[in-house]
Amino acid sequence: MPSVTSTPARTGAVTLRCRGLVKRFGRVTAVDGIDLEAQAGECLGLLGPNGAGKTTTVEIFEGLIRPDEGLVEVLGKRWGGGGDHRLRMRLGVQLQETQLADKLTVGETIRLFRSFYEKGRTVDAVVALLGLEPKRHARVHKLSGGQRQRLALACALVSDPEVLFLDEPTTGLDPQARLRIWEVMEEFRDGGGSVILTTHYMEEASRLCDEVAIMDHGRIVARGAPRELVESLDADQIVEFTIDGEMDNAALGSLKGVNTVGRRGDERVLGVENTGEVLQALMAELERRGIGLDTLTTRLPTLEDVFVKHTGRGLRDE
Amino acid sequence: MSEKLSPLRELTLARIREFVREPAAVFWTFGFPVLLAVGLGIAFRSRPPETTAVVLVGTDAALERAEEILRDVENVDVSRVSSDEAATSLRTGKVDLVITGGREAGRFSFTYRYDPMRPAGRTARLVVDAALQRGLGRLDVADVQEETVIEQGGRYIDFLIPGLIGLNIMGSSMWGIGYAVVLARRRKLIKRLAATPMRRSHYMLSYIFSRIVFLLAEVAALVAFGWLVFGVAVHGSFLWLGFVSLLGGISFTGLALLVASRTDSTEVASGLMNAFMLPMWLLSGAFFSYERFPEAVHPVIRALPLTALNDALRAVVNDGAPVLSTLPQVAVLAAWGALGFLLALRLFRWH
Ligand SMILES: Nc1ncnc2c1ncn2[C@@H]1O[C@H](COP(=O)(O)OP(=O)(O)O)[C@@H](O)[C@H]1O
Ligand SMILES: [Mg+2]
Repeated sequence: MPSVTSTPARTGAVTLRCRGLVKRFGRVTAVDGIDLEAQAGECLGLLGPNGAGKTTTVEIFEGLIRPDEGLVEVLGKRWGGGGDHRLRMRLGVQLQETQLADKLTVGETIRLFRSFYEKGRTVDAVVALLGLEPKRHARVHKLSGGQRQRLALACALVSDPEVLFLDEPTTGLDPQARLRIWEVMEEFRDGGGSVILTTHYMEEASRLCDEVAIMDHGRIVARGAPRELVESLDADQIVEFTIDGEMDNAALGSLKGVNTVGRRGDERVLGVENTGEVLQALMAELERRGIGLDTLTTRLPTLEDVFVKHTGRGLRDE
Repeated sequence: MSEKLSPLRELTLARIREFVREPAAVFWTFGFPVLLAVGLGIAFRSRPPETTAVVLVGTDAALERAEEILRDVENVDVSRVSSDEAATSLRTGKVDLVITGGREAGRFSFTYRYDPMRPAGRTARLVVDAALQRGLGRLDVADVQEETVIEQGGRYIDFLIPGLIGLNIMGSSMWGIGYAVVLARRRKLIKRLAATPMRRSHYMLSYIFSRIVFLLAEVAALVAFGWLVFGVAVHGSFLWLGFVSLLGGISFTGLALLVASRTDSTEVASGLMNAFMLPMWLLSGAFFSYERFPEAVHPVIRALPLTALNDALRAVVNDGAPVLSTLPQVAVLAAWGALGFLLALRLFRWH
């Protein structure tokens, strides 16, 4: 498995560990041999497209799905060992698709969740933390998408958990709503909490995660700190262009300064070291072959490029 | 938070809030049975004693004599019509009995034409014959005294109201609980709750407790309605009526949890509920007595939870029966409820 090994010294206590996790649904192998570790004071991200197996993986962590193979330890405990009730007291969970009861108000919903835990924050504190005061007496079905997600996060945080599981907490939200949720997560992490986050937004993973596991088809294709993963591309910049003729990858790869060559649809994607030189060489080569250039952009490399490098597809391609 | 929140209390409160904030659910629980009682009460209200309609066909003087005699009989309507008209009236039920005949060999000789399958026909036969024979000279041989009583709880509406209470307890428990569970599962709310340290038995119990709150109100509404509008009195103990109703509600809640224990499709749940409840609508004596079914199947019918509930309710409401006499029904209900709960707790799908 390609992975980045040189992890900088990480100090937090291990909150979650899994080895050789496998889960099949009939013919589909949703999770196909996953090893992971999460630490206190850090955010571990599972980044991958729809169907990669992220939800199945976290639901195994949450004790909601039994794996077919493999080992999971959360806060040093295994699921099904008689201590599940105690263990759940220490976790906060937000599921991908839960719709909370429509007819209850925000305050009533949080209070209900609070009642399940022996210790935790007050309803007032959580309402304030998520900025839900103006909506406290509003019924759930009247809330916007962003407010609902904040309520879901409130219900996950009301137990003052040690480990917080968030399954695509910002999917479908506008940038502002997303930012508010990010801030709350960062605050929780900086306070020593352990966050396990799934997302298919590479911006979200880059900003929040101390470590990212890039998933595809139930496997981890790359793992490491976002910066290291991006650095592992050996590219200062990414050059994307489309042309009106044919030119094979080998020809592109032989240009000086080009480290990686990829293709996404019609678009050629180059990871380059010295952008100026590469562009000159590319133009000269295209001219020599009589091929016209349609579009060209350059940008900094991202986690998306790491995903493309390992899978040959984009995160949002189907 | 200074106060310690009780999860069972909060779950029950949530159920109650969800119910009262759903106007449709409130209507089906409280309004519908009252409307049903009004409709059926009007259709089957008690009428004054029916009059017997008799016609005479023919011109014989003997028939004139008969008409004279019958004219003086209470609750008998008598008239002379043509033979065709008499046939039509008899067929359509407008007339209960047709008299033809006259005098033959010096004796009065009448023919009664009537439909012996209709109670009104048989009654007419008896009334007319007795009046004619006596009017023409037959002597009574015994002294007879009459004591008439209007039996308490003997009208159809008296029979109906406890049946409606039973139906309502079954319907509101099954629909109210079953639907709520399936919807919660479909919306992944059950899975979300399963990810908390919530006790699973608390989840189940919250459904019972919330049912109890509304159940007593429902039963009280129907009893009060029956009493105020139709004069259906409760002859037994109110305490026992409350107990039987509660037990019925709890049992059907357990059965509802069982029926809704696996599926997340409201269509599947509706199908299961109907398959479970429809036979009891017919068999369990809600609208008519199950005595009409063959004797051989009575033990099976009595083992159904709705039959047990209806029988116990009727014993308390109509007969004022002693508490102990309803113990068999109470046992049947309790057994169904316990079965429902235990199986539901085992089978319940939490994701
Ligand atoms: N309960 C299930 N039954 C059958 N297949 C499932 C089930 N849950 C997930 N899958 C399949 O497993 C794969 C991974 O799904 P999931 O874990 O939801 O991925 P992600 O969260 O990354 O989108 C998908 O192919 C999905 O269709
Ligand atoms: Mg998912």
